Amino acid sequence: MIHAQRDIGTLLVSDLAERLPGAVRQLSHSRGECYLHVEPSRLLEIARFLKGEQPWQFAFLANLSPVDWLSRTPRFEVVYHLRSLVFNYRIGLKVDVPDQSLSLPSLTGVWRAADWLEREAYDLFGVRFPGHPDLRRIMMSDDWEGHPYRRDYPLAGRAAE
Amino acid sequence: MNVSDSRLMTLNIGPQHPSTHGVLRLIVELDAEKVVTCRPDIGYLHRGIGKIAESLTYEQFLPYTDRLDYLACFINNHGWAMAAEKLFGIEPPRRAEYLRVLLSELARIESHLIWLGTHLLDLGAITPLFYCFREKELIRDLFEEICGARMTHAFCRIGGVRDDVTPTFLPKVREFAALFPKALREYESLITDNPIFRARTRGVGVISAERAIDYGLSGPSLRGSGVAWDLRKAEPYAAYADLDFEIAVGQRGDVYDRYLVRMEEMRQSLRLIIQVAENLPAGPVLADAPQFLRPSKAEFHRNMQAMIRYFHITIHGACPPAGEVYTAVEGTKGEVGFYVVSDGGPKPIRVQLRGPSFVNLAALEEMAKGQYLADLVAIIGSIDIVLGEVDR
Amino acid sequence: MGLIDGRFEKNLATDAVDTVLNLGRAYSLWPVAYGLACCAIEMIHTMTARWDLARFGAEVFRPSPRQADVMIVAGTVTHKMAPILRRLYDQMPEPKFVIAMGGCATAGGPFRTYSVVQGVDTIVPVDIYVEGCPPRPENLIRAFVLLQERVKTMTIAKLPRSTEPPIRIEA
Repeated sequence: MIHAQRDIGTLLVSDLAERLPGAVRQLSHSRGECYLHVEPSRLLEIARFLKGEQPWQFAFLANLSPVDWLSRTPRFEVVYHLRSLVFNYRIGLKVDVPDQSLSLPSLTGVWRAADWLEREAYDLFGVRFPGHPDLRRIMMSDDWEGHPYRRDYPLAGRAAE
Repeated sequence: MNVSDSRLMTLNIGPQHPSTHGVLRLIVELDAEKVVTCRPDIGYLHRGIGKIAESLTYEQFLPYTDRLDYLACFINNHGWAMAAEKLFGIEPPRRAEYLRVLLSELARIESHLIWLGTHLLDLGAITPLFYCFREKELIRDLFEEICGARMTHAFCRIGGVRDDVTPTFLPKVREFAALFPKALREYESLITDNPIFRARTRGVGVISAERAIDYGLSGPSLRGSGVAWDLRKAEPYAAYADLDFEIAVGQRGDVYDRYLVRMEEMRQSLRLIIQVAENLPAGPVLADAPQFLRPSKAEFHRNMQAMIRYFHITIHGACPPAGEVYTAVEGTKGEVGFYVVSDGGPKPIRVQLRGPSFVNLAALEEMAKGQYLADLVAIIGSIDIVLGEVDR
Repeated sequence: MGLIDGRFEKNLATDAVDTVLNLGRAYSLWPVAYGLACCAIEMIHTMTARWDLARFGAEVFRPSPRQADVMIVAGTVTHKMAPILRRLYDQMPEPKFVIAMGGCATAGGPFRTYSVVQGVDTIVPVDIYVEGCPPRPENLIRAFVLLQERVKTMTIAKLPRSTEPPIRIEA
């Protein structure tokens, strides 16, 4: 059966609590959309689950966006937006990036769309994705120093450039 | 990449090249004429638009969205306005929603016309470019009629559209709607059954539905592979829920089917335009949200509170409650997404512009592997990329 | 002199070599196909039937800079693109001219960011600046016409840019 979009969050949380206990820290809402806050070490598991499980089939990675919270600890978080085209569901995943490693497992094995999106995240924010087949800069030239979208990087660039 | 394999030749295409639709660079490895690997090197138009958004208020950022997909400027404006409206909690009036549909579909036709002209130009047919631009000029005139600009209009506003349309606008839209089907038939008579076009595009650049979804393809690139996914139907926004139209879906996922999908999309866009022109509801074109939107000039001159409000919003910027949104509209290339995070201040702290061309371009290598170099050109055209959206 | 004096006036025109060369150059300025961003779309419009830049001699946009006379920098130049822009400019044979089309090519436009060159004149010498975001086709045509006027002031010994300042066309 196809559930209403507004129930997806709570249904997913209870399903995950059963099948992957401890993977989801909490569920939050913003402007009517649901976000699952995921343990960084369990991200790959959850991604495979969400994509592969029959009642969900979140086969479409719409967006992958790092957020630099600057003065927060941990500083960065990555937000994923997934879609299930079959059932027309939407869900967001929020994962805190551990400050020491500044890395999250690569999801290119789950969604090919993550390939370039993770490269962009690495280039502009400096978040690494171990397991990515070819993690190198995509927007800036290869010899660029710094990660421009970090909030402490000046908009007009550093004087050296 | 096997550098020691002397059979392979590395060819650099771009970033200055007539067939790359902008400053795209491809590093292609060829085995005689066949493509072995094809790596896009992008970023030659990376302007940092997402970072600029963090230094501007929501209203100030709107004209920058024009420069993303600069072939269909209004659609980007619309997406941003919708994202901001969700954050602020503003609902645009009905007339504005209908006008947004009308202008978005005009922009869609404009974008598909330039796609058609340049795609055929790449394949060696120069004539369609001039024919398509003949109709494209008419659409530009329509936009110029209402806002004075031929492109990069920034006509959409948070809360509606900037202004109501002029009295002569709708009659001119109807005139355009009356002559456009003939133009479409003209293009199709030149192209669709053309043996050279078919030979160059059928079976070329095939991507299966499953792989397309895995790559995150959207828009005609996804629909050409048989996936009936269109945000205007899946998550109806503006006035799309009230209007009749169909999604164009292909079958084989090759260049030819993507061509057919876009041609049909132009027809469906025209259908939407005619419906809106016939049923445009009366009313204001900008929402009344005194907390976030500036009062009208008339109010400003009449009412002291309105004047204070006006100054406050202009100087400090309107502040939405803290939170985040991801809003997506069906752009001409696919899902145009805006992920906006607010900490309750007047400027967003993060804006991620999801450009469909960026995501779609990643599938180029898969589509082009094993095909001829000449096919590569056809495939790039069929994905329909615009570098403003790829690089942002 | 006596042989042709008074006999062929109706059929013969005489003029300085410079004038004849300049006439040829001015009315066959072929642009290099160098659209970078949004301005490129207006440039394509200027090339198509309604505005028809070909009337003014820009018959074809040459993909190769070695066959072009004028480079219309249409769009934003990024630091990544800058060396390529310079290389293309260097590959153009003399006499060559540059039209900086649009706000971005003129001065970086609205993009005062880490990745954008704030004006293409930091890389190549510019003859005509066309303001606008994007400039209307009429503005680009005016730039072309003014460039033609400039070209006609050339002599074998000097290019106009060495003596005259660049022209600015307002939006």
